[in-house]
Amino acid sequence: MANKRAGEPPAAARKEIGDVAMNMDADAGNAGIVATQFATLAEPPNGLLLECGERLGPITLAYETYGDLCPQKDNAILVCGALSSDAHVAGWHAAGEKRPGWWDMLVGPGKALDTDKYFVICANVIGGCNGSTGPSSVNPATGKRYGLSLPMITIADMVNAQALLLDHLGIDKLLAVVGGSMGGMQVLQWTVAHPDRVHLAIPLACAARQPTQAIAFNEVGRQAIMADPHWRGGDYYDHEMPTKGLAVARMIGHITYLSDEAMQEKFGRRLQDIRDYSFSFSADFEVESYLRHQGLAFTERFDANTYLYITRAIDYFDIARGHRSLVDAFRDTTARFLIMAFSSDWLHPPYQLKEIASALRATHKHVSYYEVTSGYGHDAFLLEREKMEGIMSSFLASGVRTFGLCGRPGS
Amino acid sequence: MARLDYQMIEDMVPDGATVLDLGCGDGELLGELIDKRHIHGSGVDISPSAVEACVARGLSVFHGDLDEGLADFDDGSFDVVILSFSLQQLHKPRLVVREMARVGKLVIVSFPNFAHWWARVQLFFLGRMPVSGELPFQWYDTPNIHLCTIKDFRSLCRQEGLRGQREIYLSSFEKAAWEPRFPNLQARIAIFAVTRAPSE
Repeated sequence: MANKRAGEPPAAARKEIGDVAMNMDADAGNAGIVATQFATLAEPPNGLLLECGERLGPITLAYETYGDLCPQKDNAILVCGALSSDAHVAGWHAAGEKRPGWWDMLVGPGKALDTDKYFVICANVIGGCNGSTGPSSVNPATGKRYGLSLPMITIADMVNAQALLLDHLGIDKLLAVVGGSMGGMQVLQWTVAHPDRVHLAIPLACAARQPTQAIAFNEVGRQAIMADPHWRGGDYYDHEMPTKGLAVARMIGHITYLSDEAMQEKFGRRLQDIRDYSFSFSADFEVESYLRHQGLAFTERFDANTYLYITRAIDYFDIARGHRSLVDAFRDTTARFLIMAFSSDWLHPPYQLKEIASALRATHKHVSYYEVTSGYGHDAFLLEREKMEGIMSSFLASGVRTFGLCGRPGS
Repeated sequence: MARLDYQMIEDMVPDGATVLDLGCGDGELLGELIDKRHIHGSGVDISPSAVEACVARGLSVFHGDLDEGLADFDDGSFDVVILSFSLQQLHKPRLVVREMARVGKLVIVSFPNFAHWWARVQLFFLGRMPVSGELPFQWYDTPNIHLCTIKDFRSLCRQEGLRGQREIYLSSFEKAAWEPRFPNLQARIAIFAVTRAPSE
């Protein structure tokens, strides 16, 4: 049940607004047909100790891998997903599927995360609803779905679960950990919590701590879900789903992923299938119709409780928590960083990524900062293939050279 | 061929220093400083292709606009801050020099000397905007918008409370430095090393 939708690409990938994503495979191959795998980890009594103090176990992680792990096992790249990402980062689950995985533009043979050279791993986060343990999963101890009885999950917990997956796969140290938005937060967490397991870090479109405005938007989304009478305190799995609330939450979220410019360009004030105003509250404007469609489509593949849990995890994220300062938080970090911001991203504007770069530089860590000029807003990290791939592949290649890694299976 | 102005700059950078190279381009100078001086270096450049080239070299680089200042860099956070042949392309050269002195202990600036005799000849006798090896552009497509002379730069340093440590003069990127009798007339390229004068 939990993974019945794992085969569907997330909204980010099927977003019509990013037409650039459609013609992306011009000169690189694709990752082909892949299957989601499942790992059972943290079996009791060795449950995963969560940041909130509770233990969770066993946990299941849904993950996919691409390319081959070299004999030295040092060519692995972990891709960390955003709020709604599943493990299906590239390729297809079956021939004839309409859309590939959510970051197919960057993951595949000859692409930035070149699966001819690197072993790419992507897992659905814990708390998720695409095959990994989350509120919609059945609690093995009770035989019932967790619902809100699932302990609160944080970004640190997500990363610790991924670390268990690496143990399971026999990988000591990642060549790179890469991710945008919430995925970027996981990248930062990796470098701080597991400094000896990461050579290269590529956080994109994120912040060292969830900013106030972003918490505010998340809270509106959560309130929309919890105000839906079908939500029933999270215990709705045997009843009608709180789709209205979840759809509104997604609509709000979606707005924050776009930009004034992108919306203006895509929709303007155009009317949807009508010549004149209907003088009613139906979706007259294209943008309304689009958001309604996006909201509704989201409810078909996403669990409302997971939306609550994951937005909460994002809001709680503050890499400096428990440290004297942001600079102090990175003190033990040894990874080399490539930090990427996107000019029109108003959810995580470039200054938030520069803050991370400055903190790292204060103790002379190896850090590069790159700002992609884009009109796509926060979603740019899912769309701007051409502006991202060159620098990402250069960064990976220089890391392979610097650290003397194999970087190519069998070589 | 190794650029001699780079060599001159390298000679002024202490071994193991922390170095910030503003307008670092593809990172050639930084790369040489790392190889020869074992510095901990970072670059700043506004061009995406330059940033990518630096990343490909394995350098630490910051994609940014110098004309916006160096707000992301802390006071005194580098031993040496270098501005190699970019001064004349800045919109706010004075701000940048001031910021360099804030961020770095030693400030190294190299620039084409617009008072070189050949530039003077072109303007005075030919009545044309000077074009030379160091300034190869026509007036309508030049990125060089704030040209200055050796005397001009000395004057700016004085105004900014910067004290000259060294001035080096070159007649081209490939020829060794020499001691011209009239630097402002004879040198095509100048390299200044300055520090902030101790405040009274």
